[in-house]
Amino acid sequence: MAQVSLHKVVKRFEDTEAVRGIDLEIADKEFVVLVGPSGCGKSTTLRMIAGLEDVTDGEIVVDGVLMNDVPPKDRDMAMVFQNYALYPHMTVYENMSFGLRLKRYPKDEIARRVQEAARILDITELLDRKPRQLSGGQRQRVAMGRAIVRNPKVFLFDEPLSNLDAKLRVQMRTEIKRVHQKVRTTTVYVTHDQVEAMTLADRVVVMNRGQIEQIGTPNELYHAPATRFVAGFIGSPSMNFLPCRLEAVGEGLQVRLSDQIAFPVPPERVARYRPHVGRGGILFGLRPEHITEARPNGGRHVAEFDAFLEVTEPMGNETMVFFSVAGKEVCARVSPNAGAREGSPLRMGAHLDHMHLIDEASGRVL
Amino acid sequence: MTAASAAHTVPATPRKYGSMSRDRRWALCLSYFFLVVFAIFFLTPPVYMFITSIKTSQEISAAVNPWWVYNPSLANYVELLSSPVFLTFFRNSAIVSVSVVVITMLISVPAAFALSRMKFWGSATLATGVFLTYLIPETLLFIPLFKMFATFRDWTGIELINRWWALLLLYPTLTVPFCTWIMIGYFASIPKELDEAALMDGANYRQILTRIFIPVALPGLIAATIFAFTVSWAQFLYPLAFTTSADQLVLPVGIVTTLIKGDVFNWGQIMTGALLGAAPPLIIYAFLMDYYIAGLTAGATKG
Repeated sequence: MAQVSLHKVVKRFEDTEAVRGIDLEIADKEFVVLVGPSGCGKSTTLRMIAGLEDVTDGEIVVDGVLMNDVPPKDRDMAMVFQNYALYPHMTVYENMSFGLRLKRYPKDEIARRVQEAARILDITELLDRKPRQLSGGQRQRVAMGRAIVRNPKVFLFDEPLSNLDAKLRVQMRTEIKRVHQKVRTTTVYVTHDQVEAMTLADRVVVMNRGQIEQIGTPNELYHAPATRFVAGFIGSPSMNFLPCRLEAVGEGLQVRLSDQIAFPVPPERVARYRPHVGRGGILFGLRPEHITEARPNGGRHVAEFDAFLEVTEPMGNETMVFFSVAGKEVCARVSPNAGAREGSPLRMGAHLDHMHLIDEASGRVL
Repeated sequence: MTAASAAHTVPATPRKYGSMSRDRRWALCLSYFFLVVFAIFFLTPPVYMFITSIKTSQEISAAVNPWWVYNPSLANYVELLSSPVFLTFFRNSAIVSVSVVVITMLISVPAAFALSRMKFWGSATLATGVFLTYLIPETLLFIPLFKMFATFRDWTGIELINRWWALLLLYPTLTVPFCTWIMIGYFASIPKELDEAALMDGANYRQILTRIFIPVALPGLIAATIFAFTVSWAQFLYPLAFTTSADQLVLPVGIVTTLIKGDVFNWGQIMTGALLGAAPPLIIYAFLMDYYIAGLTAGATKG
């Protein structure tokens, strides 16, 4: 059980700065997911925590002990790799017990722990097999088993599901969550898949270009993104961004998207947005799921407008529709019964309680 | 015209090769043709050696068909195997070759591990340097080496020339660079995550080498071992130059120097000795052939 702290951690490779001074506090038993596009420094951060990469600057502290110069074998962490990294010449049992055998644990203790981990992961009948006789999902389980038997302070996962097919990925995602609920070990998990991040994490750390964009629970990131990057990265399909202008209308405000379309700002946000009235460089952000067909008594702060549908994509449980507002494409999710047809107009409703205004220059959400 | 008639006859003939296309059959025919040609080319000398080895000296010098044995005799074998000198050669060769294999592996496996995995200053240059060493032929090396040995004796009083164990210093100059190079290629093909996983599991570098790298790269290790053994077993120039008295000689040089007396060539025994000398590598090949082939091909793409 362990607390992990990163203070102003920097990683420089010869001429590039992969990680640019990140601060992160990971609580005991917490499941933290580092997520971001490739090259954002998330894997490098994980490898620095593991000790596989040197820290250029800053501190990594585990349970109050400075870890910067502690070799990986003395950090008491276990890691699951993207390509599983099972030892090909050892059986599953030998793979899982390798770390314990190196530490000269008694034989019956090793056997007990391996059996226990195998039971948790449901791989008891595979213990005598070699890795090449296993499927991708089974290998992934063995890799996790190898981490669990060590009973380490921290689990590190480096994109563990990327090599699996979509269906298996969903299954193993649940599996990882189940295992974490059982063993309750502090976990740092790296992925580029925001769905994985949202479903697994207690807290998600969104990284971009070597820096942390935002740290928060999945719900916080979804409902209250701090930056345009987070707003666009979390959620699928991603948020619509449209250039807009704030206008004062009597006591209230309205967001003008085009000559035809202007939405009233919900009253509780008026004070927050008032300083930005009249200035340029503001983006209006609204997720596709918050633009639906207009419904009779559609709820608070729903602004209706007419859209001319250019493309519709029926998904069964819902239909994606695409239309243009002031030359920008907008995606919306409507009910399959809303009568959306390509090339015809539809009355839409924008749920403005979920709107965001973003300063285009700084990328901050206002 | 012929193509059309051939197409008509094809369905009529029973299909021996399943769905094999005609292109493939042609390729196979050509392969077999050349295989047979090469097999004849390479097997003729040993067959001729064998035929000669079971003939008496009279029959060898007689003007009869040299490819036929009229009075087969094992006299040459009996004579060689009961001669203490020949057995000394054999013993010297065996000790030298096995020791060289051991020395080579003890040096080149850790060296290859260090050069392929531990990035240190100059490691890439060193790896290339190792290979360049291998490219210098022994025919260029033996004179300076001889000179070095002589100088060494002048300084220390320790005689290295005409001592069979001095070969243990000489042969590794040939085997270590090549074996290191093979093993670098092998180790480089092991995914980096494997040693990282072992590091996380608490292994140190020595344990990663002995418990992960050596077992995983076993085919390459065997290829390198066979190479080292063959090179030292068949080495001719160094023992010819560095050893002279009969009790210090190894097999290839021993056969040539003791069985050729002036201009008298004892062909029957020379051939017998050569065949007996070729036996150990042959036996090793036979046992390790599968590994050896896997090793050579993998080395070809990764090295």
